[in-house]
This record gives sequence, structure tokens and C-alpha cells, in this order.
Amino acid sequence: MLKKTLTSFLVTAFTTVCLALFLSPFLFMIFTSLKTTAQMSVIGSPIWPAKSVPYTLTDANKGVYTLQVNKGGTLVDVTIDMSTMVGKKVDVYSLPFPDGTTRTMAVIQGFQKGSIVMDPANPTAAPIAWNDGYFKGQPRALWEWSPTWANFPEMWGDIHFPDALWNTIYYAFTTTIGTLLSCILVAFGFSRFRFPGRDSLFILLISILFLPIAVTVIPTFTFWTQVTKLGLGVGVGTWWPLIIPSFFANPYDVFLLRQYFMTLPKELDEAAMIDGAGPFRILWAVIIPQSYPVIVAVTVFHIVWAWNDYFGPLIYLSTNRPAMPISVALAYFNGMYGSRPELIQAGALLALIFPLILFFAAQRFFVQGIVITGVEK
Amino acid sequence: MENLLAPPKLPSASSLRNMGPIAKREFRNGMLFIAPWIVGFLIFTLLPMIATLVFSFLDLKVTQGLSNIKFVGFGNYITMLSDKQVWNLGQTGSLGSIWITLRFGLIALPVGILLPLGIALLMNNKHLKGQNIFRSLFYMPFIIPFVASVFLWGGVLNPETGWVNRALMSFGIPKGNLPGWANDPNWVYPAYVLFGIWGIGNAFLTTLAGLQGVPTELYDAAKVDGAGNWAVFFNITFPMISPIVFFNLILSIVGLFQYFLVPLAFNQGTGEPGGSTMFYNLYLYKTFYTYQNMSYGSTLAWVLFVFILIVTAFLFWSARYWVYYASESR
Repeated sequence: MLKKTLTSFLVTAFTTVCLALFLSPFLFMIFTSLKTTAQMSVIGSPIWPAKSVPYTLTDANKGVYTLQVNKGGTLVDVTIDMSTMVGKKVDVYSLPFPDGTTRTMAVIQGFQKGSIVMDPANPTAAPIAWNDGYFKGQPRALWEWSPTWANFPEMWGDIHFPDALWNTIYYAFTTTIGTLLSCILVAFGFSRFRFPGRDSLFILLISILFLPIAVTVIPTFTFWTQVTKLGLGVGVGTWWPLIIPSFFANPYDVFLLRQYFMTLPKELDEAAMIDGAGPFRILWAVIIPQSYPVIVAVTVFHIVWAWNDYFGPLIYLSTNRPAMPISVALAYFNGMYGSRPELIQAGALLALIFPLILFFAAQRFFVQGIVITGVEK
Repeated sequence: MENLLAPPKLPSASSLRNMGPIAKREFRNGMLFIAPWIVGFLIFTLLPMIATLVFSFLDLKVTQGLSNIKFVGFGNYITMLSDKQVWNLGQTGSLGSIWITLRFGLIALPVGILLPLGIALLMNNKHLKGQNIFRSLFYMPFIIPFVASVFLWGGVLNPETGWVNRALMSFGIPKGNLPGWANDPNWVYPAYVLFGIWGIGNAFLTTLAGLQGVPTELYDAAKVDGAGNWAVFFNITFPMISPIVFFNLILSIVGLFQYFLVPLAFNQGTGEPGGSTMFYNLYLYKTFYTYQNMSYGSTLAWVLFVFILIVTAFLFWSARYWVYYASESR
């Protein structure tokens, strides 16, 4: 019993560690998107969003000290009266010392080549001289949690987020309608009628899953570039080249729906047929009401697919900035301002938040959908 | 699934004439319902495929206008045979795009097959608590936009500000020895493998569904026979899920031959660092999209297609030796 509990604990702990590593980029994204540009440029700053905070000198030490400080290349005596310093805010740095240690020190008085520093953890101790360079070249040591929200409005404007969001929703919506209409009809045809050549055609449909896009994209793209020249507003730079094909079914969703339709008993179809129902009526009144899980699965899969689609929108829409969806706009932005990781991460967060919410709202359907396709391989 | 590559056997005209009224109705209705796909297949797949083949025998550059089209026979194929961008064997930087694609594929394929299998086996472990939560969370990154996941992993692997190098540094690896990941020709392929690691969701879930579908009687019988864990895996578990592994293997290989979206999104398809990411399909994309050379792009596309066809055919042939279909007698 004890052994079983222990094994269970170890297996679950190991899986949790794997999962944490697997998902760690999400935390990276959230933390980085909340950082300021100033923090990004400081080497050794915390991995979480923070701002460096000063240390306030207290009255714990009011002595007067004379220290040898490197000022302009030569060591000179500098006298410091700590009693005049009470209440002053000074910056705290991680300073390397000649003995090889790195200590957290508050810089009371700093010069180009040396500084007078004190240990903020031990306020009664005497200040010392640190003569190993310019303190501002060293990393700050005292940070506090301080997220900034400024990256989101900036990214919102830079990638024209409202436009991009609208374009993405429009693409997802129109192609989902096309996919549902066409794939349900085709899957019904493949699952409910017996006719010669059916199985061969179905194998042909599935084999398109393995067809490289490269072998069809060039003439299609060339065709649309020529249509553009007609000036009808339906060519490259518009959504039509991407929306129209969705009304002609795709192998993945047909397969998913067909697998499900095959599991529905035929008795209800036959009863409806005896009552004089035609095939459209059977599909509408008998098949669709029973297939709601798989139809929801196809819908959510397709919305996510359209939301994330990159290549199609890239080739047809990258010349028309106002028509870009989120994915293309984000990559476009990265090409222009790649040196601002905090903005890129904020943009990535804007891009993935909707699919993430949809996933958690409908995860049952995602998992179920995949399992249906897994059954008959 | 095995005879996927067999040409479709369409009914002959005489067999259609001899059908009874019910069979005729079934045929008419069936064809009516699958018509959207048939039309789509002809317009969006078959016709473009033929056009691509025709293009590959022409000199067709959109920038020159369509009136200057010339027939050049096998000219484009001959050009391709001596194209250094495709074939050159040499150091990183001058390596041809075919070798870049194969080199990356050899690193990425084992990860793409073994990682989903490993996670699925872990999820299927009867000692694991909270299986459903783990299953959802391991699958979840699959639905993240591809571009966003490239930038997330790109950020984590950033040589200066990323978490991976900061973690390596805190383990005491000196700054000069840290990997440059996507900025370093020697590290860019492992970096790209990590960029794509969130794409395993589908393979992982189908494998898990397969594992859960293995009849428990088989395991009970093996236990009675005193089989060890490895023997159980290689004699029961693996054969039972081999059709799914096979399917994922084909999809992975076909996908890897077409690999190019990551470098395209991550560094605009420049081939950086040092030409090490000019994958075959990226070269193809640039040929037809950036340089508008439709005919040479089509040549590259048909060569890729035939290559994938040969490899897929070989895999289907090999399947009879290692893929076990429960419904068949062996």
C-alpha cells in the first residue's frame, strides 16, 4: 500500500516537472510582456517584471569616515559624514570584489572609477571603498515586483490589433460556415450511400492529406495574381482566394464527420425514408441532430485552424496591410521591431488568448475529436 | 489504409448501365452529396497539379508578363540538376537546401515520433493521478497560433535574455560557451526542433487513444506468462499501436520535407544564420513568391512531390513488416 502511494507520488511529481518545463514558455511570455524596456536592457535583471528600488539610509550609523577612493585614476581621501545622509535614497548594485565575491552594496557616493559603498543588510557597519570600476556598469541588486501594462496598448496600436482581430474573426467565421456546409454534405455522401467507386474516392480524399501544398499553390497563386489585374476586387490582397476553397470540403473534417456518421444506426434513416423523407431531409432531421458532438468538434477545430493559419494569409494578404490577420501582422511586426522582446511577447499573448479561451471552454470536444480520428488508423 | 496509393477504381460505363433502380438512386444521391468535394478536388487540386507540371516545362516569370511564355522542355530540370542552392555539398553556409532539409529532418524526426510516444506512455501509466488534467495541458499548446509559439520559444531561447541560457549560466556554464540557439548555425536545428515541440499534441493524443484501446486481456495474459515490462512493450503495446505510430510517422516525414514556415516567420526567410536555414521548401517559396519565377518554382515543387511519393510508397511497403493490423490475420 505504502509502496503504491510512493510510486504514485513519484510518477505524478515527475509528470508535473515535465509539464512545467513543457509549458514554461507561457510564463516567460507573461513575465516578459509585463517588463519595461528599461528592465530588458539591464543584464542580470530578474526574470520577473520588476523595477529596481533604492535603499533609504537610516540613522543606524552616524559616524564620519575617511576612505581612499579611486577618483579619476588616482586614489584620493574622501571624507563622508553619515549623519548628513540619513533619509537619502541610494541605488543598490551587485558589485564584484577583488577577493572574488559579489556583494550587494548600496552606493553612497559614486565616481567614474570608484565608489563609497555600504552593506544595506548591515546598516551599522562602516562604509567601505569599492575601487573596481564604474558602479553603473554593474547589475542592480534590489528589485521589487512591478509589472507594466504599457506594452499591450503599444502593441495594440503597432499591429493594428482591432483590424487584425476583425480580419481573423471574419476569416474564421466565413471559412467555418463553408467547411461545415460542404464537409457535412460530403461526409453524408460517403457514409450513407453505397455506390461503385465510393471507397476508392474516399481513399483518394484521404491521400490529399499527404499532398505537399507546393504542388498546387503556384498555379493557384498565379491565377489569382492575374484575376487581381481585372480590378474586380477579388484577387491577391483580398480574402476570396482563401474563403472560396473552404466551401469545397477538406479531407480532415470529412474524415472526422464520416467516421462519426458511420457509427449512427441506419434504422432511423430507413424509418424516415419509409415516411417519404428525401436524403436532404434525412440529413437535416436525422443525422445532424444526432451528431452534435462531432459538429462542435469540427467547428472548434476549424476556428482554431483558421485563427492560427499563417501561410495562406501570408501569400495572399501580406501586400495589403489593413487585411492582415493577427498571425501575419505579428510576424510582420517582428520583422520590423525584432529587438523589442517585451513587445513581441505582448503581441504573442494577444494572438493566443482567444484560442486558449476557446480550448478551455470546449476541451472535451477537442479531445473527443482527435480520439475519433485515432480509432480507425 | 494500406492501399492508399492504389489508383481509384472508378466504375465502368457498362456497370453503371446495368444498375437496378435502387442502385441507380444510391449512385445519384451519393455523387450529389460528394459533388462539392469532387468539384473542389478537380479545381483546387488536380487542375493546379497538372498546371504545375506544365509550368515546369515553361519559362514563366510573372514579372516578365504572361506574353513572354516560352516552352523550354526539360530546361528547368537541367538547371535544377546543377543548382548549387539545391545540391551543393559543403560547409554550413554553402550547403544545398536538400541537405539542409535532410539534416534537420534527421534531428527532428526522432523527437517528433518518440516524444509523443513517451508522453502518451506516461499519461497511460496507471500510477499517474489527475490523468485528464495532464492530458489536456500537454495537448493545449497544440492550439496556440503557430507564429505565437515560434516567438515564445524564440524568446525562451534568446541567447541573451532567454530563460534557457540564464538557467545554463546559473549551472555554472561560462558565458562564452553558451549556445547561440537560433542565431548560431551549429545550434539552429536543435533550436528549431524546440520551436516545433508544441506541435506534438495531435500525435500524442492519437497515440494515447491507441494505448487506451489495447485490450486489457492481452496484458493479463502476458502477466500470467511472466513477461517483463520491456517484453510487454515490444510484444503487445507497440504492435497494437503501430498503425497510429505509422500514421504519425508518415505525417511527420511528409511535413519535414515541406518544412519552412518556422524560418519564414522567425527571420523572414532570409536563411540566417549564415544560410543554414534555407530549407528546400523555403527556397521553393522564395523562387515563386519573392522572385515570381513560377516555372522554376513548379519544377522544384514536382521534384519534391515525386520525392515524397517515393518515400511514402517505400514506407507503405515497409509497413507490412512492422505495422500490425488487428483485423487482419498475419
